[in-house]
Amino acid sequence: MSAITGPAVAAGMEPVLDIQGLCVDYGRGRNATHAVIDADLTLHRGEVIGLAGESGSGKSTLAYGATRLLRQPGIVTDGSVLFTRDVSRPDTEIDLLDATPAELRTLRWRDVALVFQAAMNSLNPVLSVQSQLTDTLAAHRPHTTKRERIERAAELLELVGISRDRLKSFPHELSGGMKQRVMIALALALDPQVVIMDEPTTALDVVTQRQIMEQIISLRDRLGFSVLFITHDLSLLLEMADTIAIMYAGRIVETAPARRLFRAPRHPYTAALLESFPSLHGDRKVMTGIPGSPPDMRKPPKGCAFADRCKYALPRCTDEQPPLASPAIESGGGRQVACWLHEENALPDALSAPEPGTEPAGTARESFGGPR
Amino acid sequence: MTYMARRIAFYIVTAWAAVTINFFIPRLMPGNPVQIIMSRLSAVGPVTPSMQRALEIQFGVNTNTSLLNQYFQYWGQLVHGNLGTSITDYPASVASVIAQALPWTIGLVGASVIISFVVGTIIGTLSAWRRGSFLDGALPVSAFLQALPYFWVALLAIEVFGVTLGWFPDSGGYAQGMTTALTPAFIGSASYHALLPAATIVVTSMAGWMVGQRNLMITTLDQDYVLVAQAKGVSQRRVMWMYAARNAILPQFASFAVALGLVVSGSLLVELVFSYPGIGDVLLNAVSNDDYSTMQGVFLVITLAVLAANFLADLVYVVLDPRARQEA
Amino acid sequence: MTVNTALSAVETDPIVRRPAGGRRFWSLFTRSKWVTAGLAIFAVYVLFAIIGPIIKPYDPSALSYTAILQPPSAHHLLGTTQTGQDVLSQLLVGFGPTLEIGFLAGVIATAMSIIIGVGAGYFAGSAGEGLSLLSNIFLVIPQLPLLVVISSLDAHAGSWVYAIALAVLGWAWGARVLRAQTIALAGQDFVLAAKASGESAWRIILFEILPNELPVVATSFVFTVVGAIGSYVALCFLGLVNINSWNWGTMLFYAQSNQAMSDGAWWWYVPPGIAVALILLGLVMLNFGLDEFINPRLRAAGITRKELKTASKQQGITPVIRNRPRAPSGVSSAITVGDEVTSTARRHK
Repeated sequence: MSAITGPAVAAGMEPVLDIQGLCVDYGRGRNATHAVIDADLTLHRGEVIGLAGESGSGKSTLAYGATRLLRQPGIVTDGSVLFTRDVSRPDTEIDLLDATPAELRTLRWRDVALVFQAAMNSLNPVLSVQSQLTDTLAAHRPHTTKRERIERAAELLELVGISRDRLKSFPHELSGGMKQRVMIALALALDPQVVIMDEPTTALDVVTQRQIMEQIISLRDRLGFSVLFITHDLSLLLEMADTIAIMYAGRIVETAPARRLFRAPRHPYTAALLESFPSLHGDRKVMTGIPGSPPDMRKPPKGCAFADRCKYALPRCTDEQPPLASPAIESGGGRQVACWLHEENALPDALSAPEPGTEPAGTARESFGGPR
Repeated sequence: MTYMARRIAFYIVTAWAAVTINFFIPRLMPGNPVQIIMSRLSAVGPVTPSMQRALEIQFGVNTNTSLLNQYFQYWGQLVHGNLGTSITDYPASVASVIAQALPWTIGLVGASVIISFVVGTIIGTLSAWRRGSFLDGALPVSAFLQALPYFWVALLAIEVFGVTLGWFPDSGGYAQGMTTALTPAFIGSASYHALLPAATIVVTSMAGWMVGQRNLMITTLDQDYVLVAQAKGVSQRRVMWMYAARNAILPQFASFAVALGLVVSGSLLVELVFSYPGIGDVLLNAVSNDDYSTMQGVFLVITLAVLAANFLADLVYVVLDPRARQEA
Repeated sequence: MTVNTALSAVETDPIVRRPAGGRRFWSLFTRSKWVTAGLAIFAVYVLFAIIGPIIKPYDPSALSYTAILQPPSAHHLLGTTQTGQDVLSQLLVGFGPTLEIGFLAGVIATAMSIIIGVGAGYFAGSAGEGLSLLSNIFLVIPQLPLLVVISSLDAHAGSWVYAIALAVLGWAWGARVLRAQTIALAGQDFVLAAKASGESAWRIILFEILPNELPVVATSFVFTVVGAIGSYVALCFLGLVNINSWNWGTMLFYAQSNQAMSDGAWWWYVPPGIAVALILLGLVMLNFGLDEFINPRLRAAGITRKELKTASKQQGITPVIRNRPRAPSGVSSAITVGDEVTSTARRHK
């Protein structure tokens, strides 16, 4: 059982995928649902960012919208998604939202790959595993021979721990865990720089979940790609994320390095989420959910979307939307919170924990009762 | 049971059901078919005792045996290939008359169904992929074509293409006076005569496949694996055919059974209109002669042929769907 | 002679609606142009079915020795037949019987298909399997030959006999679709809850399951009517039906046996065919509308044709339609024309 404490993202690491002000709607006109509003997220080279939030918070929509893989009636209505292929050469930066279909098709998978949620239906039932791996290779690397592609496909399967005589299998012959591994292998086929994973383990049993997580972690260590890991299970991120972004009602409400987020949440929603984890060690707690429910995204409230469920809400919270900004309580950078409490100097104790300094690795896990 | 084993079992049961229906119908209907047949037969030629016996077994009149016994006797007769004596083509047996006509129908209907399925599926696929194009007009057009009665279209086709324009022969299976042999000349003439009837069948039945494939494609395009295929950069053409269409087409085979039944029914009428020497022709001649034995024989043979065609379709299905190839 | 293979889409991917589907169903009638067109045609036919026998200019069976095979004229708007009968009158009288048979057969067949189809789907085990087998058998058996055999054996049957025969042969498709739909619904929470609270099977079927299957029942009803009318006209065309009243199939029968085509008497054989084709067309259009209701993806609702075309050209790519012009970044060459971003942009530092 290996745990990862990935390389902390030092200031100055270059951004590889820079999302700014992204707005994604479903539908148009008066009945449009605003699923993502003004989202800012920056993925640096080699970093693992966890994007967490409840169902319907917009996290998958953000990822699919940014890569323009959202189904109808999804529409991207604003923002920019800058992908930098080669940091040493600034002219390799391209805005995915402005790219032509041809450019997008080249870029997708070669540079930015996805592992979709629920692999149950992500594989074509009538084609063999080999066929579905090699046709990507053929599409992006037309100069390769068939034998080279088959060999590469076999390598990819072995990379994710599947024996190569499964190449000729059909998807219905694979277990859920194996199918998910095939999806991961598929994502890594062209050695992408960014891998976006949308709840890759949700549909699996706990044991398989563990295996897949470890697989992902070791692959990341080996191949060095950046990961955007989307999940509703905050505890998973404890193990692997460098940075965590919390999403609520279509907006990013807090971003922070993982350890700091767990030890010292600065947004009421984050604090409430962390409260809802049972701890295997430590004292018994009374579990509380968060009363209320997220707003209707067809008419997002003009103020903070969490205000009506927040126990610290101020009058200003229902009137104005708080911007994502560095909180005053922290001196260093690296953290952004969207909450008026910081500006109004009305920070409750729950959000005033001291910034974690140089505690040894592993402390965070113990204090917050990660799954073990 | 594997997929194929289940299908074969189903066909056996259905064949049995068809025979049983055949057995019961004349016994349920009012009137005495045997008398009618007898009077018809004796007008045409001598009626031997064995013929009479066969009729009694077939129609269950004038016997003292129980229903169950009659049933077994009926089966016994069938197994010997005895479908009765034809009135229309006296003294030929029903079996021989049907055997002669069957290849014509199989050729015509078989070719038409294959063409209409292939063309309809292709157009349906394209019209679902490229929505908003001119192919969207295919939908109302096909609605119109679906609504037209086969035989009426056949009448018009003969009138326009056969009589007025003279491009095609307006009747028959082959040029008059030719002998039926497998010579190139004969085959050529037969094919030429089959063109217009086949075209009629294709045009009217294609619409069903078109609409079906279009609707199935639209549903399939929403599937996750199609999105994955587009995400991973595979060419549009490959996504359309190998990811979407290959999956969309599978449920079409489920409706193949019904479609085939309808096409066969429709082609009977086409044969009438074109005086095409197939089974439909035999059936309809039998009708005008009160030739019940022939009618029943034709019904049975058509049912068996439809089952056989379905079986072939099932074979194709197994090839196309790997999940069907191995079922525990 | 239609195969509504859209129904097979329902079979493989049953769309399950929550119980509030009732009101939406009725909104169909106002919003779908397919449904409106189909119903309009149907309404016209019902009208003629009622007034046809009243407004007919002549007795359709009345012979005449002088006005033989006349093209349309002021006296005979649709000309006359070989025996001097007025084509228009024959046509007008045909509306009623055709609709009547179609409807009767449709009602009986749909009732049967509901009983057998829903039963096959709801009851597991050998009862369900048996019913399913029954419907598959009837599905495969070719209808017309059997109808020919039946009707030739009893040439004096009244129209209700035909209706029953058509229904017996026509219920199977609807049964199969309803079975698939019922299986999908029976696994839903609200049905399981009803079962757990002890509701009897009949109540569950009647009040929980059937209301949600209304659109599918409607489609299969229309489909059955189409098939019944088509088969009945075909049987009349074959001269198998002993008619007391005129109908279009019989008109075509006489037309064909009297060589109307080679005589060029188009007014005799074209109008009845069109009459049949139009009502079937109307019903098929009605079904298209119902299909779109059942499976909303089939509809391109709220999207203009041009947008649909552009979207489908760019399959798998989410469109970017900016609501407000981009804040000048100083370097972007993107052009926002109206609503679409049309060219690429690269930021050059």
